Amino acid sequence: MSEVLNVPTMAEMMAQGKQPEVLFWVGCAGSFDDRAKKITKAFVRILNRANVSFAVLGTEESCTGDPAKRAGNEFLFQMQAMMNIEVLNAYEAKKIVTACPHCFNTLKNEYPELGGKYEVVHHTEFLKSLLNEGRLTIEGGQFKGKRITFHDPCYLGRANNVYEAPRELIQKLEAELVEMKRSKAKGLCCGAGGAQMFKDSEPGNKEINIERTEDALETKPDIIAAGCPFCNTMMTDGVKNKESEGEIKVMDIAELIANAQDL
Amino acid sequence: MSYLDNILFAIILGLGISFFTINIKKIIRNIKLGQDVNRSNNSSQRWANMAMIALGQSKMVKRPIAGILHIFVYVGFVIINIEVLEIIIDGLFGTHRAFSFLGVFYTILIGSFEILAFLVLMAVVIFLIRRNIIKLNRFISSDLKGWPKSDANYILYFEIILMSLFLLMNAADYHLQLLDFGHYERVGAFPISQFIEPLFNGISEATVMVIERAVWWLHIIGILIFLNYLYFSKHLHILLAFPNTYFADLNPKGQLDNLESVTKEVKLMMDPNADPFAAAPVDATTVSGKFGASDVQDLNWVQLLNAYTCTECGRCTSSCPANLTGKKLSPRKIMMDTRDRLEEVGRNIDNNNGIFVPDNKSLLNDYITTEELWACTSCNACVEECPVNISPLSIIMDMRRYLVMEQSAAPLPLNAMMANIENNGAPWQYNQQDRLNWKNE
Repeated sequence: MSEVLNVPTMAEMMAQGKQPEVLFWVGCAGSFDDRAKKITKAFVRILNRANVSFAVLGTEESCTGDPAKRAGNEFLFQMQAMMNIEVLNAYEAKKIVTACPHCFNTLKNEYPELGGKYEVVHHTEFLKSLLNEGRLTIEGGQFKGKRITFHDPCYLGRANNVYEAPRELIQKLEAELVEMKRSKAKGLCCGAGGAQMFKDSEPGNKEINIERTEDALETKPDIIAAGCPFCNTMMTDGVKNKESEGEIKVMDIAELIANAQDL
Repeated sequence: MSYLDNILFAIILGLGISFFTINIKKIIRNIKLGQDVNRSNNSSQRWANMAMIALGQSKMVKRPIAGILHIFVYVGFVIINIEVLEIIIDGLFGTHRAFSFLGVFYTILIGSFEILAFLVLMAVVIFLIRRNIIKLNRFISSDLKGWPKSDANYILYFEIILMSLFLLMNAADYHLQLLDFGHYERVGAFPISQFIEPLFNGISEATVMVIERAVWWLHIIGILIFLNYLYFSKHLHILLAFPNTYFADLNPKGQLDNLESVTKEVKLMMDPNADPFAAAPVDATTVSGKFGASDVQDLNWVQLLNAYTCTECGRCTSSCPANLTGKKLSPRKIMMDTRDRLEEVGRNIDNNNGIFVPDNKSLLNDYITTEELWACTSCNACVEECPVNISPLSIIMDMRRYLVMEQSAAPLPLNAMMANIENNGAPWQYNQQDRLNWKNE
């Protein structure tokens, strides 16, 4: 593709003697997973459009250590954390935005004690603040009147009590926000958390993502909105399993906003 | 002669309270077997949580039917205990309805006790129906096979008996009051037991008085038995819900503690000036030489308090994604297993003059299997659901830590994931140098 994304790195910024407004923590999924890379790019397009001064760590970024910590490997987690904190502190990072609730939770809650103190926001919160400050306008575009249901990521919702930012953004699209029977604090997990993403599930009678996809399908949505690259994968697989991928799309909030404006 | 009653009463009361105190001391000793964790910060927030969640039942009513019925039983229990105070005074000093000097207030008091007792009876009957006739999923799951199921029913039967005795006692009293018999002065109001009172018509006054006394004694003895039953039962929550909500973790639910012992080692590892050949520093603050938990003594005392507080309602399990999809994991069972093992360790200490003698058993494997531990998605649904802020998740995580850091016993795909993070900074096998490639794709 010939599109030009403006993605400065912290190293480039520093060389120019500049400090960005916010550091965009891309995360492993956002960097390497084909589906999640689209979310990353959609978010960057919005940042570019809104003239936000941001930078990424690029090749200096490394896994936050979340899956290792949730798998029980505190050593590996703390090694990752301390390496990342060294890099972040060297760049004097103040504010971090990320599109991954797992990175968000770890950076926000688990890094401070290890010496990494930053203001950390999820990309939906960041987009909402851009909107409130008048730096970003959101139009309904192709999503006007569409039925959109939002799947709460555990690490954004229950873990950190962020429920409203993604919903307000959906409503700004002039879409019809429909809630699943289990939502917000009672939202059902997609099945990926706690390092489950990287292993087979234990014997049972159903996969968790299928159970959750059924919740979503009950709302007869046009789109299942997600705010986490792992939830996105799980729900996308669930929709495919239900052979509904023709009618129902699974999209990140950032993609909804970028696509609505043909970014 | 008449002092005999009072002495007998004092003896029974003393026995009841001392047995209870002995057992509570055992519970405290067992909880203290846990590792230290500091939960003394932010006491205003802690008091507020206790007031809202334990006293105010704010999380109970998230499931309205059970929540409201539970409030009847809870308020009934708390308020009717004022009556127990009167019974104790009457019993010790040979008075009859010692608080009746309160006049109109006493009338209102007794009247409201009666209505509450009736509401408690109603709620308890509905609870029995929910458990034994409707058979709600969370009450018939395999977690509750055997003793836990009986325990739940015994508690409900107990409450029926106590409330019935209370109303019967009042009915007999009221009957005698109407007849202006003996010292039965016309005090109190009996909105419920007035309907039981006609049962005594045609029975001699002396017999009714014997019934009144007998029921009075049975009621207070019943209460003392119930008090002592708590130790053996999940019903301990009526006391422990308060400290449990006070000491619960105040951090965001997503925040998992960072192991300090690991921080020390990692810092040493990353310190270019560290002497690799130096002997390991002797550190008096290292309480346990073990990473993670394989037995109850490795857990912290709040987790052990959690285990004693759990009343096995099963809201956690009924919202657990792993359990909902047929996996073995049940957060309720995690808590029940922790308590069962802790009590086993406690008995071991009792039988060995205060010292724990290794019994070749542990919480891990003998109670909680690795299959259960690895099924958790760490989604916090169980923590969110718990009406008294118990965290089954924290126990699961500590046990995973033991499996991975002490036993290298992670499932193979997780070992691969961790090796990737270690080698190339991502859970998948991609080169860290390719991290920004998406920009140009």
